Amino acid sequence: MTAPVSIRNATKIFGDFTALRDVSLEIEAGEFIVLLGPSGCGKTTLLSLLGGFLSPSSGTVEINGQDMGHVPPSKRPTTTMFQDYALFPHMSLRDNVAFGLKMRKIGKAERHAKAEDLLDMVGLKSSADKKPHELSGGQRQRVALARALAVEPDVLLLDEPLGALDLKLRRQMQDELKAIQKRVGTTFVHVTHDQEEAMAIADRIVVMNAGNIEDVGRPEDIYMRPKTLFSASFMGEVNFIPGTLGNCHDGIVDIETVLGAVSLPETALRDENLTKGAKVTLAIRPEHFRASTGTGPRITFGKAKVTDGSFFGTHHRAHLEPVDAPDIILTAHMPQSAVIEAGAWIDLTIDPASVVVLAGHPDTTKTEDAA
Amino acid sequence: MISSRFSKLLSWAYLIALYGFIFLPVVVLVLFSFQDGRLPVPPFNGATLKWYGEVFADTRLMSALGNSLMVAIASSTIACVLGFCAAYGLARFILPASRLQRGLLVAPMTVSYLIIALGLLSTFNWLGVSLSLWTVAIGHVVINLPLCFAIIYASMGDHQKNIERAARDLGAAEWQVMTQISAPMLMPSILAAFFLSVTFSWDEFIISFLLSRFDVTLPVEIWSMLRSGLNPKTNAIGSIVFLVSVALLLILELSIFRRTAKK
Repeated sequence: MTAPVSIRNATKIFGDFTALRDVSLEIEAGEFIVLLGPSGCGKTTLLSLLGGFLSPSSGTVEINGQDMGHVPPSKRPTTTMFQDYALFPHMSLRDNVAFGLKMRKIGKAERHAKAEDLLDMVGLKSSADKKPHELSGGQRQRVALARALAVEPDVLLLDEPLGALDLKLRRQMQDELKAIQKRVGTTFVHVTHDQEEAMAIADRIVVMNAGNIEDVGRPEDIYMRPKTLFSASFMGEVNFIPGTLGNCHDGIVDIETVLGAVSLPETALRDENLTKGAKVTLAIRPEHFRASTGTGPRITFGKAKVTDGSFFGTHHRAHLEPVDAPDIILTAHMPQSAVIEAGAWIDLTIDPASVVVLAGHPDTTKTEDAA
Repeated sequence: MISSRFSKLLSWAYLIALYGFIFLPVVVLVLFSFQDGRLPVPPFNGATLKWYGEVFADTRLMSALGNSLMVAIASSTIACVLGFCAAYGLARFILPASRLQRGLLVAPMTVSYLIIALGLLSTFNWLGVSLSLWTVAIGHVVINLPLCFAIIYASMGDHQKNIERAARDLGAAEWQVMTQISAPMLMPSILAAFFLSVTFSWDEFIISFLLSRFDVTLPVEIWSMLRSGLNPKTNAIGSIVFLVSVALLLILELSIFRRTAKK
């Protein structure tokens, strides 16, 4: 069972706090959507609007083409997997999973068979007679998933379900969640503040901040071609180099930055409305710095001094001080084999295709956040 | 050294005095229920089970005992059901003046049983309800409801709220959430409230005395026996009442508190 979801101009106001501001989002049937953002960004509010635990102050929510305006949670084609699992402590795992079917007046034999099938799917068939308190966190989480899927919802809502698990178990559960989602085909809407988790499981990520949707797209797009400064910085480490937009000619844009003038392909611009003289920021991921020798197109921001470096297994992480703007500290990932020496001078070289030009300057966004 | 030994001695003396104060009356009561003689006062003449035999042969006492059990169980059940519903409503929904409502629900705890009994007596008179075990049971619901409400309300936390939300999300109607999720989850505190109510109802005298007529409860029957003077038989029935209370307390301790402690 699966269905598309359509959120149109949803706004949610609690007293004088606007949790969601005119949010619109189309979700296709069978998609694995992750709502990603810091706490208080409105992602859980949006999930509650889908589940029916809150109703929007204005705007509409449609599931499978039907307006959910006055439909209570129990009548919606959605189920929620709660952060604390919310298993029924007095029931066996079998009865926990079968509960939704019991509420749908399905006979005992049939619902127990179905519950055992689902427990089998999450690898807990032999524990069907156990009570939730006998299980570990990861196992409870699996039972919660089985229980939510037992009623064959069109849309499964997951409210930070992996938040309470340790890192290793979390990575393992991410893989399982993704595999199960592909198998059942249900539309999953998953809330998290962990960008690695989002990238690992999502078909599409929705980046949220302060009640707004900042960016929507495939994990690769959000990471490599973010739309906003917030989106770029939330998805992982990034270097921001402020600058001013110059002339645009023959698919090439000139940008005057604090590290000197550079020419980039026009496709690097993430906002088409930017005009000459606009404040822009170059966003560069630490792993995109290149050795100054080698093939392929190169642009350079001059020299920089290595201030320190540390080894991370897959790479060296070094801090750099550009000679043209010593107040900007850049972070770069160097190859494993590189020798990082504090005080050494290197060229800031980069493939122009990996640079993204975003509207605004980082400091101005910060003040907006504070307001 | 001396002072430490002295303080140890003092604390032992205090302990003995404390428990003596609490349990000596009960010990005397039970001891003289075995008195081989006509008066339950020292000296102790030797043990006999004669008085227990008489108690069990006394049909009026036995029917009073049955009445007491019926009233206790019926009134406690009603008080628990009403208390649970009130607690669920006040803990789970935003109701007008909920603080005031909670206050009103527990207020009868502070009113003396005599006043409650007098109020009910005149109310029943005014309504033309004749006195019976039913009116006694209603009186006991009035005194036990605040207790049941307070105990059950105190055990309703936010964690259970999320579990109830999950049940609703899976399609449960409100009454199904209450009967299949909330009540079983809160069963330890509901049972604690029930057994405490039973013990309170079991030895309650004033309300039972003023609101009953022909059929009476055990405390009322004992009181009418006492009017004809002390008798080892009254000690025997008193011991039985005490035994029942202890048994209830043990059930409570073993079945409920131990289970909650394990969790």
